[in-house]
Amino acid sequence: MTGVTTEVEAPAEKVAHRHATLVLEPGRADRSYWRDLWIYRELFAILAWRDVAVRYKQTVVGVAWAAVRPLMTMVIMTVVFHRVAKLPAPGDTPYAILVFAGLLPWLLFSTILSEASASLVVNANLVGKVYFPRIIIPSATALVALVDFAVSLAILAGMMVWFRFAPPWQILLLPFFVVLAVLASLGPALLITALNVKYRDFRYIIPFIVQFGLYLAPVGYSSAMVPAQWRFWYSLNPVVGVIDGFRWCILGGNSPLYLPGFVASLGVVTLFLWLGVTYFRRTERTFADLI
Amino acid sequence: MSDNVIIRAEGLGKMYEIGRSAERQRYTALRDVLAGGTRNAGRRIRDFARGHAPLTKPRTEAFWALKDVDFDIRQGEVVGVIGRNGAGKSTLLKILSRITEPSQGRVTIDGRVASLLEVGTGFHPELTGRENVYLNGAILGMTRGEIRRKFDEIVDFAAVERFIDTPVKRYSSGMYVRLAFAVAAHLEPEILVIDEVLAVGDVEFQKKCLGKMKEVSSHGRTVLFVSHNLAAVSALCSTSLVFDRGNLAFQGPVSSAIDTYLCLSTDDGESCLPAGNSAITIRSCTINTTAAGVEPLSSRDPLRIDIEIEQLVNIRGARYVFSFYRPDEALAFAVAWHVPLAAGENSGERYRVTLNLPPETFNYGSYRLDIRCARPRVEMILPNTTVCHLNFIGEHRHGSTVYEDWPGAMLPRCDLDVLVH
Repeated sequence: MTGVTTEVEAPAEKVAHRHATLVLEPGRADRSYWRDLWIYRELFAILAWRDVAVRYKQTVVGVAWAAVRPLMTMVIMTVVFHRVAKLPAPGDTPYAILVFAGLLPWLLFSTILSEASASLVVNANLVGKVYFPRIIIPSATALVALVDFAVSLAILAGMMVWFRFAPPWQILLLPFFVVLAVLASLGPALLITALNVKYRDFRYIIPFIVQFGLYLAPVGYSSAMVPAQWRFWYSLNPVVGVIDGFRWCILGGNSPLYLPGFVASLGVVTLFLWLGVTYFRRTERTFADLI
Repeated sequence: MSDNVIIRAEGLGKMYEIGRSAERQRYTALRDVLAGGTRNAGRRIRDFARGHAPLTKPRTEAFWALKDVDFDIRQGEVVGVIGRNGAGKSTLLKILSRITEPSQGRVTIDGRVASLLEVGTGFHPELTGRENVYLNGAILGMTRGEIRRKFDEIVDFAAVERFIDTPVKRYSSGMYVRLAFAVAAHLEPEILVIDEVLAVGDVEFQKKCLGKMKEVSSHGRTVLFVSHNLAAVSALCSTSLVFDRGNLAFQGPVSSAIDTYLCLSTDDGESCLPAGNSAITIRSCTINTTAAGVEPLSSRDPLRIDIEIEQLVNIRGARYVFSFYRPDEALAFAVAWHVPLAAGENSGERYRVTLNLPPETFNYGSYRLDIRCARPRVEMILPNTTVCHLNFIGEHRHGSTVYEDWPGAMLPRCDLDVLVH
């Protein structure tokens, strides 16, 4: 084909989305990473949408499952910790709301952790065939978990009406803590996702973490129950800071924020996030060869 | 880049570390890593205690799937990538589509690459056709606006209008593949990488796919086509890359490339002339008075093969057999020539054997010509030795207008008279 014909035939739009010259060499992918992530933002949205759309297909009650799980857990926790173990609720807070306020971030955390860690292996055919920043896959599961979270939030609103419990002004800060909960989950989730590609042992470790975490984290009880001399060390668990934050937003003055512990939690969250992103990025270019 | 070069590879290499012998595993268990670490530490301590230098040699071996590959591909070229299994074709495609990074060297690409590595990658069975078009488009790198603009065209191409809102798990495999190919075919990348997609779908659809590929290349886009179907490669491609055990064996016109590939396909590549043994040497072979294998042949033309044979020793009662094999080792036919007994002393004799074959004898695809020489029922003098490859293309004598392979070792002319009564 001669140069002249090419010029005549090339429509203007093709020139418009012509990409810059791409150079592939060892270690090069690192440098354009965050730009690529921006280019592939639509893929992020569409993968999340796919997971949401598929999640409750071919189930009888459908989305109702998103409501049944937290409700049942809340009922059992309230019975075990309040009725059987006779743990008190601070102030005039209904125990059910205390539990549910802790359950919200915990379910968000555990859903992200378990879905993200399996996500790369489940999507192995994509990883092996098409290029995109791999971090999109585990991160997209966070959006799916947020959809379940929204359902739980609606239940909480319903419970507040039922118990005639007026939320304090701190409820306005809840979005900040939701973001914090997602970040706190993504750190360990990315780390485990990357490890799971190479060492499939982690698919057995995750259910353990989720099972024990439910009792290690202050879900069924208030973290004020923890003896004062241990409280700081207890707060090093990143989930503790997030749950305390949620309770502070939802229960207000009845559940004051323990500041040194909260700051420590923030530090641990940041550390895990840095560790997770760094390790994920360091290993992701070998995923296609390993998976 | 200058001269319209759209892909340039320089010293490209990809190394995989493979575990030694039986230690190769699909995935590693943490236990093995810990145990291996302890074992290594144990061995080092033992070596140290015995006064040896610690053994630090890694327990893996390097395997180069691709090594020192250099090539240029110009804009608008349709390049066939051929080579035996494990020659490095897939590794090259993986590098070009950025799935894996090269270990060495670099590739410069001047445009968007879209790959059809496996049709239907990322299709979700629970989602409807419509939803999957959007999902698959996004995975292949299209924006939502782009997909919306081309949606009708895609559905039309795949011919699945009636089922577009049905989950694809209820599709027939043909519909599934058609829809998947349609999405990928409507990407508008500067470079399209296609890996063996023609193996699927019915004849009608294959024709459409080939038409689409031709259309893509006529718009000045570059196509990399990986296939073992040599007839398809020679029909579609202008140039070709031939890979052999991780090295680029040849880059150039497709017909010479196919010849190189067929030469490599025999076990040790010794099929190239001159060939023979201590008794007989086959000097040369020309087809239609040109050097063997340079041009693809038309089965509509008569064929003339000239072979120069030098007999180095005195053989009495020798018979030469010329056998034509198909790539699947099926013998198409064989012809024989008996050295006249009256000739007497024939050491050092040179023969020029000409095979004249009538038009409309051969089928499409390739044939291999082997020569052997024996004294019948007495001794084998020269076992089957490959002389040349014949590659027939571009004819549709089976009557349909569709490009397709036709079964059969031969396709001789046959005049059909049909009487309707």
